[in-house]
Amino acid sequence: MSIEVRHLSKMFGSHPALCDVSLTVNAGELLALLGPSGSGKTTLLRVIAGLEAPDAGTVHFDGDDATERSATDRRVGFVFQHYALFRHMTVFENVAFGLRVRPRLQRPMEAEIRRRVNELLALVQLDYLGDRYPSQLSGGQRQRVALARALAVEPRVLLLDEPFGALDAKVRQELRRWLRRLHSQIHVTSVFVTHDQEEALELADRVVIMNEGRIEQDASPEAVVEHPASSFVMTFVGEVNIFRGRVQSGKAVLGSLAVDYPGYTSPEERDAVGYARPHELELSRDDAADGLPATVRDVRMSGALVKVELVDRSDSVIQVELGRDQFEALRPVRGETVFVKPRRLRIFTSH
Amino acid sequence: MMPAVQAAPFDAREARGRRLTEPALVRWGLVGVALAFLVLFLAIPLTAVFIEALANGFGPYFRAILDPDAVAALKLTVLTAVIAVPANLVFGLCAGWAIAKFQFRGRSLLTTLIDLPFAVSPVISGLVFVLLAGRQGFIGPWLAERDIQIIFAVPGIVLASVFVSFPFIAREVIPIMEAGGTHEEEAARVLGAGGWQTFWRVTLPNIKWGVLYGVILCTARVLGEFGAVSVVSGHIRGVTTTLPLHVEILYNEYRFQAAFAVASILTCLALVTLVIKTVAERRAR
Repeated sequence: MSIEVRHLSKMFGSHPALCDVSLTVNAGELLALLGPSGSGKTTLLRVIAGLEAPDAGTVHFDGDDATERSATDRRVGFVFQHYALFRHMTVFENVAFGLRVRPRLQRPMEAEIRRRVNELLALVQLDYLGDRYPSQLSGGQRQRVALARALAVEPRVLLLDEPFGALDAKVRQELRRWLRRLHSQIHVTSVFVTHDQEEALELADRVVIMNEGRIEQDASPEAVVEHPASSFVMTFVGEVNIFRGRVQSGKAVLGSLAVDYPGYTSPEERDAVGYARPHELELSRDDAADGLPATVRDVRMSGALVKVELVDRSDSVIQVELGRDQFEALRPVRGETVFVKPRRLRIFTSH
Repeated sequence: MMPAVQAAPFDAREARGRRLTEPALVRWGLVGVALAFLVLFLAIPLTAVFIEALANGFGPYFRAILDPDAVAALKLTVLTAVIAVPANLVFGLCAGWAIAKFQFRGRSLLTTLIDLPFAVSPVISGLVFVLLAGRQGFIGPWLAERDIQIIFAVPGIVLASVFVSFPFIAREVIPIMEAGGTHEEEAARVLGAGGWQTFWRVTLPNIKWGVLYGVILCTARVLGEFGAVSVVSGHIRGVTTTLPLHVEILYNEYRFQAAFAVASILTCLALVTLVIKTVAERRAR
């Protein structure tokens, strides 16, 4: 089932949570809504679920307008950030809830409910915990119960609000891989909200980056990293080095770095910022390549990479990541002055 | 030279012990004061009720209890509770739901208004109904035309009882509902549960012990209410006297033993309520 939202707007008091947001989620896709807190991503998810009414705009499931339909009738699976499990019910009853509240005619027989619930508990690998209460479970187990409960109603779409936010790093890693596998197994259209870029990039087919109630970029994980649409996306996704300067007549001058910038040909000078990822910078000892002189402050081994931290003349910190081979070829030492040259520089001019 | 004053070696265990427990004298003193207070103000009056009630033996005791006026008073008291408590249960749940789950204009005003009966003297509460529905009252003539009697009749007693006891359930339910938040209700809705199903299956089970506790307190107040009921009752013996009023009538007629016998019924009702309350509290934990 596909989801489409058109021109959604929502205010909370005088604070705009969503400003004219349009988005399509294709059937079977796993999509991440990524953004800092307060960017409107959770509001968007809640509007899709019907838990929040938009001030303007519409929500469509497979082309049908569902804007006026209540959360009760939308048949979406929703996993809450803090799981919202029913405290007074066992794990089994939590998962069975969605089946038990169906109108009498659509309600499965008790034996069928048992079979379905046990099947789901097996799917989330918790079949041995059916008679426990939520308070007796660990965070990761609660998370999986919440997921099984959401799947029990055979939802047309699955919405997850910060699904791994409250878990520790190791459990988060495991659950992430597990959710990826689960999604390829059941293939339900899924949207999850996260502020963790690594999570979004690793898990999702497509990443939608939000900021201040607007969509900044809607693209594949590779495209988000390689071709960020705005300076916000550039700084929000991944580590980045920032070089401030000016552009004029097809040239950009950022400190002592000078590069061609054919995107701006006007002779009028304009402020610009250049961004380069740590792995897109090169170091060399000769000045021939008009690099930026900087002093090595720290060298650290990080797995297959070597992270070099430098300080330029104006005391800005520059992070560089070198492969082992590159590092061996140069062997920079602490206190030494070397020249930094970007292999790739993305320049955004200010408006 | 050694310093003149040498600090005693620090014993952590001793220091911790000292911090946590007061000297035995203070401890027993405090317990003693509390016990003496309880004996003086609770145990002695309570025993006195039963001793006075049985002063002339069991014969007169049961005669006083089974007296038609006393039985009528008991019936009226129970009837009042049977109407007032469910009414306040519904009101308390609605108010609690509205205050805890929604943000709306006048929310804090409603919260304050719920406490009104606690702040107002019960006699004033009764008087309000007399001024409203009495013969010279605001809607009195209108009621008189239609032959509806509220003041000096059972409806007035019920109204006054509802008024003085309505904060109890709402007060118990609101904090629990507020602490619970709305996430579970939202989860239920997304899973396809309607409003009633959400209330019965999710909201109510989470607050049931608070509700029960509120119902118990409310019942106790209704059974024992004197001031407000006294103002609206008119003291028509066997018709508009509740148990507390009946006790007063007997006492004013110098029938002390009978007064205490009827009072002992109220005392027993209070004790039963307390036992249920204790059980409810223990189960809730």
